[in-house]
Amino acid sequence: MKIVCRCQDITEEEVLSAIRQGATTLDEIKRLVRAGMGPCQGRTCRRLVQQIISRELKKPMAEIHPSTFRPPNLPVPFNLVMAEYEKIEKEKERKTVRKPSAKGKGKAKEGDA
Amino acid sequence: MKTSYDAIVIGGGILGVSIAYELARAGMKNICVLEKHYLASGSTGRCGGGFRQQWSTEHNTQLAMDSVKRLEGLEQELEYNCEMFQGGYLILAHTDADVAQFEKNVAMQRRLGLDVNMVDPAEAKKIVPHLDTSLIKKATWCPKDGHINPFLLTQGYANAAKRLGVDVHLWTDVTSIMKKSNVFFVMTNTGFTYQAPIVFNCAGGFAREIGKMLNVDIPVDPYRHEILVTEPVERLWNPMVISFTVGLYARQEANGGVVMGCGDPNEPVGTYVGSSMHFMYDMSKRFTTLFPKLGNLRIVRQWAGLYEMTADAQPILGPVDEVENFYQASGFSGHGLMLAPAVAMYMAKMVTTGEVHPEIQGLRASRFKGMKEVHREKSVV
Repeated sequence: MKIVCRCQDITEEEVLSAIRQGATTLDEIKRLVRAGMGPCQGRTCRRLVQQIISRELKKPMAEIHPSTFRPPNLPVPFNLVMAEYEKIEKEKERKTVRKPSAKGKGKAKEGDA
Repeated sequence: MKTSYDAIVIGGGILGVSIAYELARAGMKNICVLEKHYLASGSTGRCGGGFRQQWSTEHNTQLAMDSVKRLEGLEQELEYNCEMFQGGYLILAHTDADVAQFEKNVAMQRRLGLDVNMVDPAEAKKIVPHLDTSLIKKATWCPKDGHINPFLLTQGYANAAKRLGVDVHLWTDVTSIMKKSNVFFVMTNTGFTYQAPIVFNCAGGFAREIGKMLNVDIPVDPYRHEILVTEPVERLWNPMVISFTVGLYARQEANGGVVMGCGDPNEPVGTYVGSSMHFMYDMSKRFTTLFPKLGNLRIVRQWAGLYEMTADAQPILGPVDEVENFYQASGFSGHGLMLAPAVAMYMAKMVTTGEVHPEIQGLRASRFKGMKEVHREKSVV
């Protein structure tokens, strides 16, 4: 038994079963057997699954496109997302508030526009 | 290659494959499914995967109840494990207005014969221990609802359909349709033109475009709806939790990841399905409001799909007035997976025996014509 996807414990046999059901792309295999759906998003298994598809369907590797990479790049906790996003928003707010307070400049600009 | 069929189904999502399967099961020969990419590559494969029977309109409730009846035992029939799990649905009422609406819904659902109850916060806490029950006044609970893996259900239907002789053509994009002396000619990007006397439009978010090819207006507007999944953890709770006020749904998958999504009222009409940073923040905020203890759960992936909305958030089913034998099964407004098993059954019955189910009769596209007041389905996230 050969493990292909370490995040989801997917074996070569499971990938082959998806190909036997008609899957020809990494995206289909990802959806059917979950290879590449784990925290690393296929960084390890993508190449291996591509090789299996190439071998089984006799297609060159160049024709087997990678599956969609989705955000976030690495797993992030909810709390961190909220803290960082709020920090960025506050920073934006601080920058926008400062402009009109620089004596009359903000107003003049508005008038020009 | 065979290009002449008795029926052509456009769309390889859950509706397309389930209709093809039910047609073949009802005895129709020569059916084909045309799919632009691969099976479940559109809205089906991007959905939350829940099935519920708790709705505010009778049409939806009845269809959903019939669907769940069909789903029970479907895995054995299809000989495919679809990770079906009847863990229930807990719908949260935060305000007095919610409670009043839900009491009305529950009364209607119970009249139709559904096993559904109003529960108080203490009971809700027992069902979902991580919930912050200080935010809710009541909740409705139906133990027979649940969730299912959309990819596997679609593949299961497709495999069973193929065994009954249905042809599934993947990577085949329909470019135009022509009708001549009662035969539809469906032209595709692969160069083949398929022909059949009956065509089903199950194109989901693209149903309007397919309708346009025959000069039929299918009033369906696609909206992007984002969703994310967390790392797998040990079992937190069984049901799908929904809150219309906070605007979220969350369920734990078979492998342990928590899938959750929410709607954005500012979303424009369109078929764009990219991801946004704002959603990740918004979802985190909503989720931690309801489940404060789970703030350190990690997000693994986020994606988006299309809600194909109609004016009353109920599907468009059955024939259209303008073109004969052009059947619709679209506009499910984000709930195609859970209504598909029943809809497919009734559509197949209608085409093979001519017997029109009352739900299909009531949900035809012609209901929008001259409509002044829309009774909208309220239970939509």
